[in-house]
Amino acid sequence: MKPLMELIDLTTRFHTQDGVVNAVNGISYPLEPGEILGIVGESGCGKSVHALSIMRLIQTPPGEIASGKVWFDGRDLLKLTEKEMRSVRGREIAMVFQDPLSSLNPVYTVGFQISEALILHKHMSKKQARERSIELLNLVGIPEPQKRYDAFPHQFSGGMRQRAMIAMALSCEPKLLIADEPTTALDVTIQAQIIDLVIKLQSEINMAVMWITHDLGIVAEMVRRINVMYAGFIVERGDVDDIYNKTCHPYTLGLLRSLPSIDESPGTKLVSIPGLPPDLISLPTGCPFFARCAFRVEQCRVERPELEPVDNAGHSVSCWRWREVLGANAA
Amino acid sequence: MNVEAKPLLQVQSLVKYFPVSRGLLVNRKIRYLKAVDDVSFDVFDGETMGLVGETGCGKTTVARTILQLYHPTSGRIIFDGVDLTELPENEMRKMRARMQMIFQDPYASLNPRMTVGTIISAPLDVHTALSRNEKQDKVQELLRLVGLNPDFVNRYPHEFSGGQRQRIGIARALALNPDLVICDEPISSLDVSIQAQVVNLLEELQDRLGLTYIFVAHDLSMVRHISDRMAVMYLGKIMELADRNEIYLRPLHPYTKALMSAVPIANPRKARDRKRIILKGDIPSPLNPPQGCNFNTRCPIAQEICFKSEPEYREVAPRHMVACHFA
Repeated sequence: MKPLMELIDLTTRFHTQDGVVNAVNGISYPLEPGEILGIVGESGCGKSVHALSIMRLIQTPPGEIASGKVWFDGRDLLKLTEKEMRSVRGREIAMVFQDPLSSLNPVYTVGFQISEALILHKHMSKKQARERSIELLNLVGIPEPQKRYDAFPHQFSGGMRQRAMIAMALSCEPKLLIADEPTTALDVTIQAQIIDLVIKLQSEINMAVMWITHDLGIVAEMVRRINVMYAGFIVERGDVDDIYNKTCHPYTLGLLRSLPSIDESPGTKLVSIPGLPPDLISLPTGCPFFARCAFRVEQCRVERPELEPVDNAGHSVSCWRWREVLGANAA
Repeated sequence: MNVEAKPLLQVQSLVKYFPVSRGLLVNRKIRYLKAVDDVSFDVFDGETMGLVGETGCGKTTVARTILQLYHPTSGRIIFDGVDLTELPENEMRKMRARMQMIFQDPYASLNPRMTVGTIISAPLDVHTALSRNEKQDKVQELLRLVGLNPDFVNRYPHEFSGGQRQRIGIARALALNPDLVICDEPISSLDVSIQAQVVNLLEELQDRLGLTYIFVAHDLSMVRHISDRMAVMYLGKIMELADRNEIYLRPLHPYTKALMSAVPIANPRKARDRKRIILKGDIPSPLNPPQGCNFNTRCPIAQEICFKSEPEYREVAPRHMVACHFA
């Protein structure tokens, strides 16, 4: 299938007083139409910056998309003018952010903010936009949407705000929805509702979803493919079952082992990853995970591994020692 | 855990309401936010008691009221045989040396203008008569205990990562050799790989120092990992309390079941196979809790009785308490 979006060597940096922060370091991957892709990594791994780069929402300066291409539906988004880009945002690619309270404007009603996109992108009349917005609020499961249309964000609970954000994102039927930690600020039972909702809507309108999270548990049940990111690199990529059952990167393995499992036996110790992620201002010359890795050898210190295929099914990893990691995982 | 162990802490019918006023001068009404509404449990010497629940369930209020940071509306808190609610402030201050707290936000809970050494020795200044050198030795010993380099004493909090700051918070809590440490969401602001480091450290310290923990969190799998027993709270009440395996294998309350099924499982096959219980709606406001059972607005099995009478919090199996008409 022809990919909906293809990232080629995307590199984003920030020029700060302390030096150049290498936030995203040449990442490449395709995204198929209708695919649900999970982007997993911890704070500072570049997962959000890479999404903002796709949307061209990196503030310049201090930020800079230094190189790369973002092919989306036949054109390079990085080459578009700001005006052309504005018609992509919201209409073709929509984004939902982590904190729904700070991404909604407190002085406008929720309904107005959803209608705005419809009037702007779909050239609807005010009345049409109102009707469609109420439909959307209903679709995302907000009770009494007629009444809620005129409510302000502060009158909504956290879960309802995130639903309203999703309604807004879906209003123009985008081809791609980027969800940046949309459930991190929510309680688990509400999180379950939101995940359920997005999966349902995704299959109904066949949009692609990029779900950015730090939680390997969440993506396990909802996505088909996963990119694991570390220090601005994709360190492992593959189908969800391969990532969990045929783990090839020591970082992915470490993340999985540091989670308590709900059916573990008492007295089980968690396996933590020692140390801290590297400073993005002075990245090590070799593998970025070198300092924390249990599998490291001399080669890892001096030579940075590239993403290489593990099999023909699209599972790839950037690790010199992935065969050993895979072996240890099976044992 | 030793079953005959004596309770170190007894919380009896604890109630904490916060007054919320509405209206100005005319029609001034005072309403009450029922943060904690009749909660009772014991914590035994050397065990870890987990308190789980979602936003606004009152878990943090319980923790703070135990330390008398809030004065309870009614109920008793008996720590090592002494009723804390009746202690005068100066005696309570002495008591606090034996009960310490680790906070959620390692950024907000450390004073940015103090060095690590000053932060950790603050409790020693208040509660002990140690000399300067003795204090210095103690601070270095504490830093070593929590896995930090003792040479860091003169550094400031901003020079540390989140996980390291949480270690500083732990060192401060341990400075006075407390019996009880209340951990209020100590890991929820940390990255996954760092969470495991801090949880392992807490477990290790418990083994070495014989600490008793109350571990407050919303992450069910982490609470289950660290606790001996756990209490599930909802809207100011305990819905279910049991040994952690009992509660996992035989959850009786529909809320516990839903909570358990909503926990993400990091295993795609298991995650797909399990049946999720998706609860409808949001948590009601504690200003205006529902009549009858607190959970009736979202409960998948609610019947008429649940809207009329409040279920009794009772022991349905040995050491397994639950508040549901149908358990």
